[in-house]
Amino acid sequence: MYNFQGYHEATTLAEALALLAANPRLTVIAGGTDVLIKLRHGVIEGAELLSIRHIKSLEGVQKLEDGTIAIGPLTTFSRVAEDPVIKDHIPVLAEAALTIGGPQIRNVATIGGNLCNGATSADSAPTLFALGARLKLKNNTGERVTPIQDFYLGPGKVALKPGELLTQILISPEDYRGYGGHYIKFSQRRAMDIATLGVAVVCKVKEGRILEDVRIGLGVAGPTPRRCPEAEAFAKGKAITSETIATIGKLAVKAAQARTSWRASREYREHLVEELTQRALREAIVKAGGEAIA
Amino acid sequence: MLKKISFTVNGLQVALEVDVRESLLEVLRERLGYTGVKKGCEVGECGACTVLIDGTPVDSCIYLAVWADGKDIVTIEGIAKNGELSKVQKAFIEEGAIQCGFCTPGYVLTATAMAAKGKKYTREEIKRELSGHLCRCTGYQNIIKAVEKALAD
Repeated sequence: MYNFQGYHEATTLAEALALLAANPRLTVIAGGTDVLIKLRHGVIEGAELLSIRHIKSLEGVQKLEDGTIAIGPLTTFSRVAEDPVIKDHIPVLAEAALTIGGPQIRNVATIGGNLCNGATSADSAPTLFALGARLKLKNNTGERVTPIQDFYLGPGKVALKPGELLTQILISPEDYRGYGGHYIKFSQRRAMDIATLGVAVVCKVKEGRILEDVRIGLGVAGPTPRRCPEAEAFAKGKAITSETIATIGKLAVKAAQARTSWRASREYREHLVEELTQRALREAIVKAGGEAIA
Repeated sequence: MLKKISFTVNGLQVALEVDVRESLLEVLRERLGYTGVKKGCEVGECGACTVLIDGTPVDSCIYLAVWADGKDIVTIEGIAKNGELSKVQKAFIEEGAIQCGFCTPGYVLTATAMAAKGKKYTREEIKRELSGHLCRCTGYQNIIKAVEKALAD
């Protein structure tokens, strides 16, 4: 038996927001693969749960009229990995989804839960950072849209105000059209493990040999997922050569604020940032239509 | 915190009152006697408690019983039909893909869901689909062979 003190279930967004407004201390639960494990381990105690898993309007993926891809936060990772809109337009996110847990976890774990628990190791985060995702947050009185970078405040801390729920993950057409991407999750096991480091790179290539735009998202390289502004600025307009790619890898380390944990030392993580950024970039270049670099 | 729910288990309609804090694993094993559903790590890592919910493999240890309301659940007890083992079960025996048996119900259920999809799987894909299960006895090779065999025709 799980140890929690109360349980509410909302079937519509309005109902959930009303319950949250009345009691902002409710612990929101969606797929439960994170919250229930925290309850099991005693990380959260005496919680009162608000289950939002039956709110149909928060589920599924749509391509809006203006080309924006809108992902419902309750979309499971199995669905993210198989969704035709995601596979057609942002296959790098489908790749990332398949690195999460194992199949039984992916069948219930949701992309919104992955973001809202604020872990720097969230496997969907580096890719959503690289894609410049925006998050729609709603409460009882209104809504706001925030860039994903501003959503992460620290380990386990996100910018949800009391009473707010994540209701949509948005990716604009100018952030995915023409881009190719690749995600690398580095972990001790290829399933059921938390990333030692995660790197997502998306890029746009001009004339097959010039980097028009490069975006790098890192997970576990600091207290929150992050982009690599220096490396990205350097990359713009550069010819695709091994030297360029090596420099981008080196500059990516500047964005890291890695720390030593039992999983890996700071130095090792920095090494991974440098190396995996290069590997992910090489793949992303090919997927963006560029020539492969030996 | 009691709640009335109803669902089907292996084709049988069940209605009962559960405590909202109970996991589906607990309700299946302790209230309904489906002890083929194994209690392993209880944090969704070992896959021993896997059941099919509306045809999809799920760890029943990290799934609240109240969420099963209205769902169709299949446990290992529902796989053999009229005393006849399923193709997946037979393949596990033929390939010696079983030792202590603790992980086997979960593997069989995941493989059953794979077979129901009717698609072809590469060996790599089979490994990926089975990656949510731990086996400490057989070393996986026989299990993979058994699943390959069961999916072959």
